[in-house]
Amino acid sequence: MDYAIKKRSAACDGAPGAANAYRAKVMGLSFWYRDFRALHDVEMPIHDRKVTALIGPSGCGKSTLLRCFNRLHDLYPGNRYQGEIRLYPDDVNLIAMDPMMVRLRIGMVFQKPNPFPKSIHENVAGGLWVRGIRRRSVVDERIEWALRQAALWDEVKDRLQGSAYELSGGQQQRLCIARALAPEPEMILLDEPTSALDPIATAKIEDLVTDLAKTVTVVIVTHNMQQAARISQYTGYFHLGRLIEFGETGDLFTHPKAKMTEDYITGRFG
Amino acid sequence: MSAVSSTAAMADVNLEGLIRRNRRVDLVFAGAGLLVLFVTVAMLSALVIDLAIDGAPRLSWDFLTSFPSRKAARAGILSAWVGTSLVMLVTAALAVPLGVAAGVYLEEYAPRHWITDVIEINVTNLAGVPSIIYGLLALGLFVHAFAMGETILVAGMVLALLILPVVIVATREAIRSIPLVIREGSYALGADQWQTVRMYMLPAARPGILTGVIVGMSRAIGETAPVITIGALTFIAFLPPAPVSGGFPFINFDWLLAEFTVMPIQMFNWISRPQAEFHVNAAAAGLILLVMTLAMNGLAITIRYRARRTAR
Amino acid sequence: MASLSAVASGVVYAPDPAYLARRRLVDQLVRALLFLAASLSVFVTIGIVYVLVSECVGFFQKVSVIDFLTDTQWTPVFAQPHYGILPLLSGTILAAGIALLVAIPAGTVLAIYLSEYAPGRVRETVKPFLEVLEGVPTVVYGYFALLFVTPLFQVFLPSLAGFNLLAPGVVMGVMILPYVVSVSEDAMRAVPSGLREGAYALGFTRFQTAVKVVVPGAFSGITAAYILAMSRAVGETMVVAIAAGQNPNLTFDPTEGAATITAYIVQISLGDLPQGTLEYQTIFAAGLTLFLITLGFNVVGFFLRKKFREVY
Repeated sequence: MDYAIKKRSAACDGAPGAANAYRAKVMGLSFWYRDFRALHDVEMPIHDRKVTALIGPSGCGKSTLLRCFNRLHDLYPGNRYQGEIRLYPDDVNLIAMDPMMVRLRIGMVFQKPNPFPKSIHENVAGGLWVRGIRRRSVVDERIEWALRQAALWDEVKDRLQGSAYELSGGQQQRLCIARALAPEPEMILLDEPTSALDPIATAKIEDLVTDLAKTVTVVIVTHNMQQAARISQYTGYFHLGRLIEFGETGDLFTHPKAKMTEDYITGRFG
Repeated sequence: MSAVSSTAAMADVNLEGLIRRNRRVDLVFAGAGLLVLFVTVAMLSALVIDLAIDGAPRLSWDFLTSFPSRKAARAGILSAWVGTSLVMLVTAALAVPLGVAAGVYLEEYAPRHWITDVIEINVTNLAGVPSIIYGLLALGLFVHAFAMGETILVAGMVLALLILPVVIVATREAIRSIPLVIREGSYALGADQWQTVRMYMLPAARPGILTGVIVGMSRAIGETAPVITIGALTFIAFLPPAPVSGGFPFINFDWLLAEFTVMPIQMFNWISRPQAEFHVNAAAAGLILLVMTLAMNGLAITIRYRARRTAR
Repeated sequence: MASLSAVASGVVYAPDPAYLARRRLVDQLVRALLFLAASLSVFVTIGIVYVLVSECVGFFQKVSVIDFLTDTQWTPVFAQPHYGILPLLSGTILAAGIALLVAIPAGTVLAIYLSEYAPGRVRETVKPFLEVLEGVPTVVYGYFALLFVTPLFQVFLPSLAGFNLLAPGVVMGVMILPYVVSVSEDAMRAVPSGLREGAYALGFTRFQTAVKVVVPGAFSGITAAYILAMSRAVGETMVVAIAAGQNPNLTFDPTEGAATITAYIVQISLGDLPQGTLEYQTIFAAGLTLFLITLGFNVVGFFLRKKFREVY
């Protein structure tokens, strides 16, 4: 297998504000679902406040890797990690941390919108409530901020007490994004967030992701290569649990270094 | 808004305490769940052990073959278990065909029609009606209006009506869980609806239906209230006429019209007496009842478990 | 059966039209029979209503409705008879209330524990255990309440009477618990796992997920479980008939004995019941009251479920 990881020449200490700072670094990460090895020694940086896309054919491990970031695998028995994901600027290993602590710092949006069976207000406030932020004024302010970030405020500001299920699919997904954003996570993970949505809703979400990246680090899994090309700055191509190639999105799509990458991008398989 | 990293740093200080507090609540709740489980298990064990201790010494061949008597030491449950067996025979003979037929109709044939809705609402409603109301129905209608008297037949009828919803629901769920491919395969061969149901779907649904029937019957065995209401007597020192007789036509149905008692009623009668000796008899009868119903429930669970494994 | 008609390049089997007609007839006949079986449930409901109402017509010709609803004594067989339903109602409500106080909180906690906390193996052992618990005959529970639980409680509560409402209430609670658990737990398991993952991803603990996401998401099913429990508690007969005594007693003190509606019906049924007498009709009046109560529960439950139907 050809690996081609573009290493940054500067020190990867994630100093915020540095032009080439990292927010996280995946180091030698392997993962097993019971006996099945889903990830093989993945080495990959996550750049601070940039959008990193994970692409590849079905079953290549991109969603598996994404769920390692917020330790969602810990919910189910039989899963096993090996290696590290270092989180900066603290320089701690996510894999060894308390999973709840990880989830309080890193948010996730799922493929199928999953708002709680509650009002819009309660949904967005969920992450705040769980952190003990319950004072009405603070919560209201945060909710408005989060809904604006998710480009949903204008559509729902008059019906915050209404049920979340009254919203359309695209709106529900933006609600879930607002919900994940409200507690101001350090990183937000998006697992194929638009695959269940129509093109208009998809476009709206792609726009807001680009805006989000100004303040939050984004890692997005997508099976839609054009989407990756549109909104990410860095892309990692995965195949059968291995990172085949990683680099700046523009370079990877126009001049892929590995043949497998080229085959996937040109549609020879996938 | 504040820079992301300072928020993170600030949040960390609170987060650890928060996590610890939340975890504690989590643990307390898990403890509560286990406590409930433990108490429930303890109660059931206490019940079984208490019954066994009180009643087991009284179990004997004599006990099983004697009639009730005013002397506690001589009293037995012969008329009671014979009565139970006969009543269960009638119950099964009525509940199984009617319940399965109704279940099949509702699941396979019923069109979207307000009549279907009425039927379904009724089945659901009847499942929640107290058993003693069924007894009143049988008393007013069967015993008096139809002048059928206080007989085994009527007891079987009322118990059949009581467990009908159980059989219907079990049949429906069993049919519902049959993979679509079996039904489609049969139609593709040119079979009509009844042929499909009779030759392919009912056999496939058999374990589920059987489970439901067994559970229903185990309920019927333990039911006391409706049978008392229709007038089953509590002191029966005779047996119903035997179904098989020496002369022509060899089988008679007189027993259906006989007076009778059943096991739970006998137990109730004994425990209603103040004398402790009768309580011992009640415990023994209860033990037999308990073993019977537990065995039947266990059988139903095993059937369902086996069916689920082979279905994979 | 099939007639052969040769066609140029092969043999074609065409079914005999008479055969097809026969099959169609059979199909229609079967459909009619199955429909009759299904509509039986409607007739049962009609029968119940008819029996209860017709006997009550006779009853209320002799006893005024006002008296029935307001008289504080229920002594139909005394020389100076009183026909107030209140004592029976208070017994029923008190016993049911105690049972629900036990079954609903404990049952919900256990259901949440099984659905959200317990590892698969624990759940697979506990669920059959609960089914077994459901199968214990109610007379056996009555025995247990009278001869084990009451003496046990008397150790802690010396003022507890031999016949009381506390012991059967608690035992009924344990008896109803499995129903609450199994219906609630099924409802909770039906909540899609995506919802849970969303909560966990936000940093929720198990307890917080259960309480803020799963339980609200399973609300209609849990409501159904509670309504079912209430119906069962109010309609239960043997446990109270055995352990609470049969003395109508208008009280809210569970340490005293009292009669419930169901226990009264049983008591009268044990005696001689000439049809048409006022005593005979009293059991139908009591029965109608009970039926209306459980009907009320079912209707409320139906509307609650309809209002809160989940739309994932």
